[in-house]
Amino acid sequence: MNAEDIFQETFAALTVNKLRSGLTMLGVIIGIASVIAMISIGQGAQGSIQSRIQSIGSNLILITPGFTRGVGTQVSTGRGSAQTLTSEDASALSGIASVKAIAPEESKRYQVTATGKNTNTSVNGTVPAYTEVRNLEIDTGSFITDENVSSASKVAVLGPTTRDDLFGVGAGDVIGESIRINHINFKIIGITKSKGGTGFGNQDDMIFVPLSTLQKYLSGDHYVTTISVAAQNQTSMAQAQQQITSTLLARHNISDATQADFQILNQQDIIATASSVTGIFTILLASIAGISLVVGGIGIMNMMLTTVTERTREIGLRKAIGATKKDISLQFLAESFTLTFVGGVIGVALGWFISLGVAKFANIPTQVSLGSIILAFGVSAFIGIVFGYYPARRAAGLNPIEALRYE
Amino acid sequence: MIDCKHITKIYKSGSDETVVLRDVSFKINDGEFVAIMGPSGSGKSTLMHILGALDSPTSGQYFLDKRDVSSLSDDELAVVRKHNIGFVFQAYNLLKRASVLRNVTLPLLYAGVPTRQRQEKAMEALISAGMPKDRWHYLSNELSGGQMQRVAIARALVNNPSLILADEPTGNLDSVTGEIVLATFQKLNQEKKCTIILITHELYVAEHADRIIHIKDGQITKDEKNSKKRNAIISEKN
Repeated sequence: MNAEDIFQETFAALTVNKLRSGLTMLGVIIGIASVIAMISIGQGAQGSIQSRIQSIGSNLILITPGFTRGVGTQVSTGRGSAQTLTSEDASALSGIASVKAIAPEESKRYQVTATGKNTNTSVNGTVPAYTEVRNLEIDTGSFITDENVSSASKVAVLGPTTRDDLFGVGAGDVIGESIRINHINFKIIGITKSKGGTGFGNQDDMIFVPLSTLQKYLSGDHYVTTISVAAQNQTSMAQAQQQITSTLLARHNISDATQADFQILNQQDIIATASSVTGIFTILLASIAGISLVVGGIGIMNMMLTTVTERTREIGLRKAIGATKKDISLQFLAESFTLTFVGGVIGVALGWFISLGVAKFANIPTQVSLGSIILAFGVSAFIGIVFGYYPARRAAGLNPIEALRYE
Repeated sequence: MIDCKHITKIYKSGSDETVVLRDVSFKINDGEFVAIMGPSGSGKSTLMHILGALDSPTSGQYFLDKRDVSSLSDDELAVVRKHNIGFVFQAYNLLKRASVLRNVTLPLLYAGVPTRQRQEKAMEALISAGMPKDRWHYLSNELSGGQMQRVAIARALVNNPSLILADEPTGNLDSVTGEIVLATFQKLNQEKKCTIILITHELYVAEHADRIIHIKDGQITKDEKNSKKRNAIISEKN
């Protein structure tokens, strides 16, 4: 028997009972489609989380204050609550070679009013380097300048959400308008571009003012809540982090690194953590989908066993006219393989379709990777052979005399 | 040429031993038309299985075209069946929902005959088996019993075997169509010099052959030339 004969025999055998072949194939189709769709959703989520983390800045290192511990007590008020970082700390870091830009900021929430509307939002005192460090883009107007900082001028740059909250959606150009932060008038000099963040830590719902202005008129202190540092490049991040740590420890007169009154967050670490979370999530989804693939495979085995029993006489005849064990087992293997292969092709198409649908209607970006297609295809072919092997061997092992007599 | 020497077949089930064939010896020459006749339980089916290389004897030797096939493995027996033997069964055993031509070409597929020659050979065999040309593209389940058996005969013929084994070929047919099938065998024997072994329990059917081997309780009781050979009425109807 050549390949063409096997194909023709397989086609003939599978089309005899189209409904049964179709339903058996459906099991595999659903299995493969769900594997493809789940992996694509998982990978898409991973990709979107990574790009969102990247959007807060590239090669970013965040320095935040550590614990506060009262003298002689062990009561901690939690990380980030201490007031241990100052603008001077930020200036001291500029001497490190692997550091490209430094943006200290002090962030506090205030009630903000404009033309009768008001909102409560985060007011961020910072310096011009902030745009570079945190990948912030300006939509209209300009960002805070060095002059604004040195003269502590009362100017503000609004996030698009804050602008909409204060002036209404579609308010048009608001540059030059005034807002009141904590009863002090500020002039709007710019609007940032939307970063698309939502909920907690929304980067669009913010007001930026010069750091000196915030410290002088609003907070009245000289501390900063975060120092954002951009490293020269990705490879210098570890070195930069180390040098920042030693510089700050020296400035704060701390000899034991475990007692540091600040903490450093490396963007790579955040990405790695987020990726590992989404990776687990993807594996979880894929394993659930994989179970349905195995169930589909068992469906194939079930059908093949039924077929072997039903076609016992035919097998007997084929053996009588000279089919060897190998011929018979090849034929049945070809049938189960064809079911999974065709099911696999349809399943990949369906899975792709589902992932496009999810991307369009559920607004989750999805990526159908070649790897997941190859994986699903390989698994389905493997299942076809594994679950077809036993029925095929059973068919091949039939005694021709008994098979011919079978009623 | 067929040469059976002291063939014995014993079936064992647990501690019970059933002797189905007991020291059976005979020869059949090329071109002979032989009937093996016996009541049910006589061992004629077992003998047919051994002659058809579907089974091996417990002891004794079976030479088919001077080759000892009595001690071959399953797959070696399959090769012998493929090239040397054509079967015709009582229940036809055609592939359901497959065309007449596909049924007849089936043995050629396993024999490795190139695709182009298969159709030609199948048509030749169908003509020899007396199958009307307008039925060649019918599906097997659309045919009458007599036609199905003629398709089965064509399938047995198609690879030019050295031996055609017919196991109760008229058992499922009425007497008129049975006659036509027997006439087909006679014609093949006379015109194509095919060696045919007909296994039956009916004397009337056996009398269409040239020689009758009577078998009873696993032993040959009588092996003689058929003196009153019946000639089947050859009719192209049906």
